[in-house]
Amino acid sequence: MSEDDERQQSPPSDLEFVSNKARNCNATGSGSGHPEFQSTYPDQVLENVLENVLHFLTSRRDRNAASLVCKSWYRVEALTRSELFIGNCYAVSPGRATARFTRVKALHLKGKPRFADFNLMPPDWGAHFNPWALAMAKAYPWLEKVHLKRMSVTDDDLATLAELFLGFKELVLVCCDGFGTSGLAIFVSKCRQLKVLDLIESEVSDDETDWISCFPEGESNLESLIFDCVECHINFEALDRLVARSPSLKKLKLNRYVSIGQLYRLMVRAPQLTHLGTGSFSPSDIAGQGDQEPDYVAAFAACRSLVCLSGFREIIPDYLPAIYPVCANLTSLNFSYANITAEQLKPIISKCHKLQTFWVLDSICDEGLQAVAATCKDLRELRVFPVDPREDNDGPVSEVGLQAISEGCRKLQSILYFCQRMTNAAVIAMSKNCPDLVVFRLCIMGRHRPDPVTGEPMDDGFGAIVMNCKKLTRLAVSGLLTDKAFDYIGQHGKLVRTLSVAFAGDSDMALKYVLEGCPQLQKLEIRDSPFGDAALRSGLHHYYNMRFLWMSSCRLTRHGCQEIARAMPRLVVEVIRSADEEEMDDVVGTLYMYRSLEGPRTDAPKFVTIL
Amino acid sequence: MEGCVATELRLGLPGTDNVRNKKRPLQEADEECGANGKSHAQDETAPPAKAQIVGWPPIRSYRKKNIQAKKNDCEGPGIYIKVGMDGAPYLRKIDLKVYSGYPDLLQALENMFKFTIGKYSEREGYKGSDYAPTYEDKDGDWMLVGDDPWEMFITSCKRLRIMKGSEARGLGCG
Repeated sequence: MSEDDERQQSPPSDLEFVSNKARNCNATGSGSGHPEFQSTYPDQVLENVLENVLHFLTSRRDRNAASLVCKSWYRVEALTRSELFIGNCYAVSPGRATARFTRVKALHLKGKPRFADFNLMPPDWGAHFNPWALAMAKAYPWLEKVHLKRMSVTDDDLATLAELFLGFKELVLVCCDGFGTSGLAIFVSKCRQLKVLDLIESEVSDDETDWISCFPEGESNLESLIFDCVECHINFEALDRLVARSPSLKKLKLNRYVSIGQLYRLMVRAPQLTHLGTGSFSPSDIAGQGDQEPDYVAAFAACRSLVCLSGFREIIPDYLPAIYPVCANLTSLNFSYANITAEQLKPIISKCHKLQTFWVLDSICDEGLQAVAATCKDLRELRVFPVDPREDNDGPVSEVGLQAISEGCRKLQSILYFCQRMTNAAVIAMSKNCPDLVVFRLCIMGRHRPDPVTGEPMDDGFGAIVMNCKKLTRLAVSGLLTDKAFDYIGQHGKLVRTLSVAFAGDSDMALKYVLEGCPQLQKLEIRDSPFGDAALRSGLHHYYNMRFLWMSSCRLTRHGCQEIARAMPRLVVEVIRSADEEEMDDVVGTLYMYRSLEGPRTDAPKFVTIL
Repeated sequence: MEGCVATELRLGLPGTDNVRNKKRPLQEADEECGANGKSHAQDETAPPAKAQIVGWPPIRSYRKKNIQAKKNDCEGPGIYIKVGMDGAPYLRKIDLKVYSGYPDLLQALENMFKFTIGKYSEREGYKGSDYAPTYEDKDGDWMLVGDDPWEMFITSCKRLRIMKGSEARGLGCG
């Protein structure tokens, strides 16, 4: 229709569009006006004003609320939404999204559920970017930014982005797969306005293509280049030249094939960096023995704007002192690939007074965490990953480390903590010392492990967290847990949006407590817990308010899930089979269900049955 | 808690927890095991380690691999072999040292080539899918992946091939 055509041709400037509309409005007498523009003058003014005002609304939650006020607001909001976020790519079709929002500049899409990261979902389940890429190419030729998480992206999709979107500026791929270095090569060679290319924890296949050399010659607009997850050799000389011609480059995260000597050369080229991923942080094998080592300390000292440091993929701890000059300014430090001891950590962390985000391996032990607690008074986010992620080992971190952190880092907002042992007392202490906690994820790696001191389940610890941390929105539980823990969550976890449960609970009551008690629940992922069909039924009143429910290796039956599917037509109920399950088994291996406006998807593979 | 155990997702392959008693007819005799310092008698008496549960603890395989890759690097150069799959137009190269055992390797192959391997059993090989992972050993013979202890496998494997169809099934039943 002509109205849509006009909008597609105009560049996405809201103010410019308003004046176009005003011009057409004055020409209502001409007979060529569109039905909309023939409305009375005061209404027209109101819509123009509304458009200008809504232009300033950026939060998608605010925009969703505004769109529900009345039809006029719905329409204007749809016109002014420039950043489109879709939390489940199957909840709405590309066609429907592009029909409603006609002037989108940035797309943010999420695909697979999180448990797919842990091999709980067979490969090729779905979440293909391709239909979205094609729809965007038609609807938003001016698209500038795409941010994808857990989607399957092909080399062809990358080519589409580079070839069909002339002003494309930003690509961020988080936990994606399906493409390789040849796709990257095409993308970077054709995307002339590229500012941001961030590949984060994605799987990139090595097609042995030298993609770094494919960036066009001449000055580049690059502001961010993150490729630490790309597991292939890169052409360093080409990278060096690229960095040299990228004066706006602020973020650079190298992969582990870049040696410390090469890192030095890049740092000298780009002292303006604010975010640096150091690559291997060890010398290459061919470094000569008697060679003069570059002055790494000076290189770091020259980076006066550095606030975020990561990498250290194959660290030789002898080189750690090189980073001393930047420690005082660091707000974010990621040592989660660096197998270092408490003694090696201490001289670093004692200088990091401004640190807000810290990711680390448990190799630093409780002692290392105590050192963190002593200095990092401003810490907001802590993640402690295990060096040895097996169940039955003695862990180097425990309740001692957690207690220390809770006492030293009172402003803590987010924690992910892997350990082999934990006490209720330490968790309760954290709930009291850190009232600002928004995210609490504790993973006691031994399944069904009780409090080692009291022998009790971990119910009281998690109970205290939901009771005392009034801002909590995300919770992951572990250890030995009875239904009581879930009773606490249902009673007190009123703001909880995301809940992860594994090997926990005694009966259906546990799931009932949560489904009936947590009105903000959006994402619920459960594995290996004894919850059955009756528990599933207790959430019928709430499933349309949720993004998804995942339940694997629980006690669901096919006919139980069928009941839900029949009762809720706007829910897509997927039963996912693993290799040794027969198609008509009544026991359900994995249930993944989500609200959707589109009904069953047409791209489901053989091992998925949609009820 | 028994209910949970019954419904656990597992990869029940040898080399991790199962105690092996029999050898597949195609295999070499015990002297190979002896040469590696690991005898079958030892396997039979050792208590089985706790089975590795799929996806637990919840660490992304990318992160697991990176820590392992580091540990293995300390022990010397990688063991790089080519992997092909019937019907796929390209070969891939992998470093066997990066994997902790058969489940890890097979998971990686599944992800790489986008297929599903069946369930392994000593008698019948890989049941439940059309694919079977095989390898060429030092003598040029094609063997089924999974029959030998892991350490022995990675030193004798020259290349991997994921066979499809009747050829694969034939190999399994020896």
